[in-house]
This record gives sequence, structure tokens and C-alpha cells, in this order.
Amino acid sequence: MATLNQTISDAQAHASLVRRNKNQDILIAGLGMLILVIAISTLLAMFLDLFITGLPRLQDPDFYLNFPSRKAEEAGILSAWVGTILVMIVTACISVPLGIAAGVYLEEYAGSNWVTDLIEINVTNLAGVPSIVYGLLALGLFIYAFGMSETVLVAGLVLSLLILPVIIVSTREAIRSIPEAYKEAAIGLGADQWQTTYSYILPAARPGIITGAIVGLSRAIGETAPLITIGALTYIAFLPNAPVSGDFPFINFDWVTSPFTVMPIQMFSWVSRPQAEFQINAAAAGVVLMVLTLMMNAIAIYIRYKVRRTD
Amino acid sequence: MTSFSKSTGMMKNLSSTATPVAAKRTHHAPPPASAGQQDTWLLEPTEDLRARISNLEFWYGDGTQAIQQLSMPLVDKRVTALIGPSGCGKSTFLRCLNRMHDLYKGVKYAGEITLMPENVNLIELDPMAVRLRVGMVFQKPNPFPKTIYENTIAGLRIRGIKKRAVLDEMAEKSLRQAALWDEVKDRLHQSALSLSGGQQQRLCIARALAVQPDILLLDEPTSALDPIATARIEDLLNELEGQVTILMVTHNMQQAARISNYTAYMYMGQLVEFNETDALFTRPKCQRTEDYISGRFG
Repeated sequence: MATLNQTISDAQAHASLVRRNKNQDILIAGLGMLILVIAISTLLAMFLDLFITGLPRLQDPDFYLNFPSRKAEEAGILSAWVGTILVMIVTACISVPLGIAAGVYLEEYAGSNWVTDLIEINVTNLAGVPSIVYGLLALGLFIYAFGMSETVLVAGLVLSLLILPVIIVSTREAIRSIPEAYKEAAIGLGADQWQTTYSYILPAARPGIITGAIVGLSRAIGETAPLITIGALTYIAFLPNAPVSGDFPFINFDWVTSPFTVMPIQMFSWVSRPQAEFQINAAAAGVVLMVLTLMMNAIAIYIRYKVRRTD
Repeated sequence: MTSFSKSTGMMKNLSSTATPVAAKRTHHAPPPASAGQQDTWLLEPTEDLRARISNLEFWYGDGTQAIQQLSMPLVDKRVTALIGPSGCGKSTFLRCLNRMHDLYKGVKYAGEITLMPENVNLIELDPMAVRLRVGMVFQKPNPFPKTIYENTIAGLRIRGIKKRAVLDEMAEKSLRQAALWDEVKDRLHQSALSLSGGQQQRLCIARALAVQPDILLLDEPTSALDPIATARIEDLLNELEGQVTILMVTHNMQQAARISNYTAYMYMGQLVEFNETDALFTRPKCQRTEDYISGRFG
């Protein structure tokens, strides 16, 4: 007992305790820094390598405006980036509303019974299913069973399936983080469930939901496997009909049913060519794809930052 | 501020409204009824009632009974305070009146909460219909993350009122009623979250008043506020006397003494004593009330 009291009140013992704890802090911080440096420098090295390799093509405006070609120095990514954007538009239009609706339902409306539990477990597990499996599903369902062809629409559908779990889960998290006080305030004013959800909970949860949607979409933008599985073409030398035209009815949806290719597929097809020139193209396309993805993430971060500031 | 002691000096300041109650109160003859003669005491007020609670019982979803055989009147356009030790069921009782408990699963009510003069039983009404008539202000200020204006008219929007002129008029009226207008009239379209805690709470009161509730419930409205903000809310509640029927939970007995006309003392989910405020604090009818207000317990 005496030794315990001594330890507790002894100034020297305090000093050594403080020293030990400080050393521990330094160790942990150093370890964390090391891991961070390894991770960041790997990414940076990869990006720089791609950038330097692809620089000759990146500087050439034709690279962005040409269709793919058998000649490496004439080949461009026009059909690929247009295809990527069109596919992303379809994916966003399908997955975002569906994902938010499902998240709202699970969080605000679903009763707590075994059906809900089952859905929850499934949604969580679906987020971990390999993307190629979604490709097989789409091939069996959309292409064979429904008789659709390998179009922008089918690509959007399969990528939507792929990222739905991400959007559902993040919507639920965002809704769950809204203080119960907002809900009680709205309910206390006589609002019904939908008024409460639509007018008060969803606006408050918006930043979280948007972030989740963008994270999901930036996963979709880099997906290759499911699109190759459904039979996306690697060589497309035309663009789909423009969605807006000068003739009546000005807007058309022909592009939805048009064949397509996307950036990662274009890259993949160039990488698998034996000629060294195509490797340069692949590297340049990789840089463009990474810039696209980083831009989407930057938007997500910006939204989060902006909302945190206004709180 | 009024010091809290068992003297007539702690009576609420009634100078502003010379109501019959005030007149009657000042005439109370002082012979102190010796406390402890009654187990429970329920005053039958002579004024008009806004509601009567009869034999109310309430169970939470896990089966615990939080309110037992609770009966008391709620006097029209007067402030009634609910006091009692922590966990005695004050807030639970309050939340029965706007059926807030129905948000959670498995809760059960019995008895009657009869709203006058229509004689409807709030327990049998749809909870949403109840909340359209009974407003509530919470312990922590909870304005929506929207503009001050939108917060004020939130209840009107919920009721489908869209005319700009009506909304503007009601916003100004209820902000004035909540003694907030002068502070916010130049920044109605700024975020409500830019207001101080006390202003936010007055905004919440304005939001509740905008829909002209039959009863306004206040659940410890000042417990999250500093003394100055608290004093402003108390002034406001004093002004609302005569306009709105208010039932307020408070932890603070001095506050109950300062602003309420009637006080109910609850203990372990039951009502012990309901009386005019000064009578309850100066001449409690029950030993248990006496023990609590004199600080011997709780």
C-alpha cells in the first residue's frame, strides 16, 4: 500500500510516466506518417509514371477528338470519354433516385421485422460482391432474358446495380446522423412522415447523401469487368446521336440505345496491344480517367467542406 | 429575482394582468394548513378549463408503466407548471398530451385527456391530428437548419398555407408574440442557426405559436440556457399568460413560482398535489409536497 501511495504522489514517477506516454505518442505518430507516406508516394509515383509516359499524346489535341484507330499516333479517346459521360449520366439517373428512395424507406418507413433485417443484410453484403458477378447477372438478365443489346442503357443499369448498395448505405448513414430533435420538432408541429422526411430530414442529410452518391459514381466510372462481360465494344468509330438537336422535338434518347465504349475499356484494349506506341495511348487515357475520378472526389470533398462551414 | 422561501413574497408578479385569479390570490387568508394531512390534493379550479386529464396511464414499449392514474385539470389561457424530482414522469406526462410517444413502438395509453370545449379525447384521436392542435417546445432549442422566416412559418407550411401575405403576417405576429421580432426583423432570411441559444428557443416558441395551438407544451424550455436568456423566456411566458394555455415542465421551483398560475407536483408517475402556485408553495396540502419544496428531498 505504501509503495502504491508513493508511486501516485512521487514527482519523479510522474515525470517518467509523462516521458513514457510522450514517447508512445511519438512512436504512433511516426508509424502513421510512415504508412501515409508509403501510400501517397505509391499513388503519386504511379500517376507520374503514367503522366510522363503518356505526355506526348496528352499534349496532342487530336487525342481527345479522334476515334480509335489502328495507327497508334492517330488513335484518340473521343468515343471513350463521350461513352463514359453518357454511361455515367444513365447510371446517376437510375442509381441515385433509387438508392435514396431505398435508404429513406429502410431508415424511416420499414418496420423492424425479419423482412427488413433480411433486406439490410443483403444490401450490406451486395456492396462486397465482385463486379464481374454483376456483369454475369446483367448478361443473363438484360441481354439474354430481356433481349436487350449491349447499349448505353444496359451499361447504366449494370453499373447502377453495382453502386446501389453504396448509395443506400450512405443515405441511411446520413439520415441516421440527423439529430432526433429535428424529427421531433417537425412531428411536433403536426407534420406527417413524408413532410418530415422530405422537408426536414432529407435537406439536412443532403451533404451526406450527395457525398455517398459521388463516391458510388466514382467507383462506377472506373469499372471495366461488368461492361466487358455484357459485351461492350472496344472499337467504336462513331458517336451516338446527340441528345439535343435543332429539329423537332429537339431532345432525343437515341443515344441510350446506342453501342458504346468507355475509358477503362479503351485503356484495356490498348494495353493488350503488342505495339509500344499503344502503351503510350493507354498511359495517357489512364491519366484522363484518373483526373476524371479525382475531380468527382474533389466535388464530394468540396460539398462536405461547404456544408460543415455553414453549420 | 424572487428568493425562494415559504413567505408570501415569492408570489408571482401579477401587476401586468389584473385577472380574477390575481385578485383572488391576494385575498388568501394565511392560516397555514398543516401539511401532511392529505395524501394527495387536487384543486378544482373555478376558471374555465382547456382540458381535463382523467385517470391517465401510460406504458412504454418495454412494458414499464410511467404514468399511473393521473388526473388534473388544465386551466384555459393560464400557465401550469409541472414539478417533481428527476424521473418522476413529468416529461413523459407532457409528451402524452401531444402523443409524441407514438413515434416509438409499443407504447400504450389508458384514461382520458379531454380537450375542452369540444370534449374530444386526445387519446382516441389520430396522433397527427393531436399534434396539429397541441404545440410543443423542447428542452434544447431545435430550430430547423433553415432561415428564421422559414422556421417561424414551418407549421403553417405543414398545414398547406401558401399565400405569401398570410405567411408574412403570421411570421411577424408570432415573432412579436415571442418577443423576438425586434432582434430578427432585419435578418429574417438568415439561417436560424446564426441565432444565440436563447433566441433559438424563442424562435421555437414563435414556431409553436404561429399555428395558434390549443395547448402549448414546454419541456424544461430554459434548462439549456444561461440566466439572462432564461429571464427573457420567463418574461415572455408571463406575457403569454391570458393568451395561450401553457403546460410547462420545469426542474426549477423558483421558475415555477415565478411564472405559473397553477402547479402540479408529481412523484413516481403519480400526481401528488395540484393547486394554485402560491398555495402549493406556501401552504402545501400534502406532506410529500412540503418535503420536496422545502428541499428535504429531491
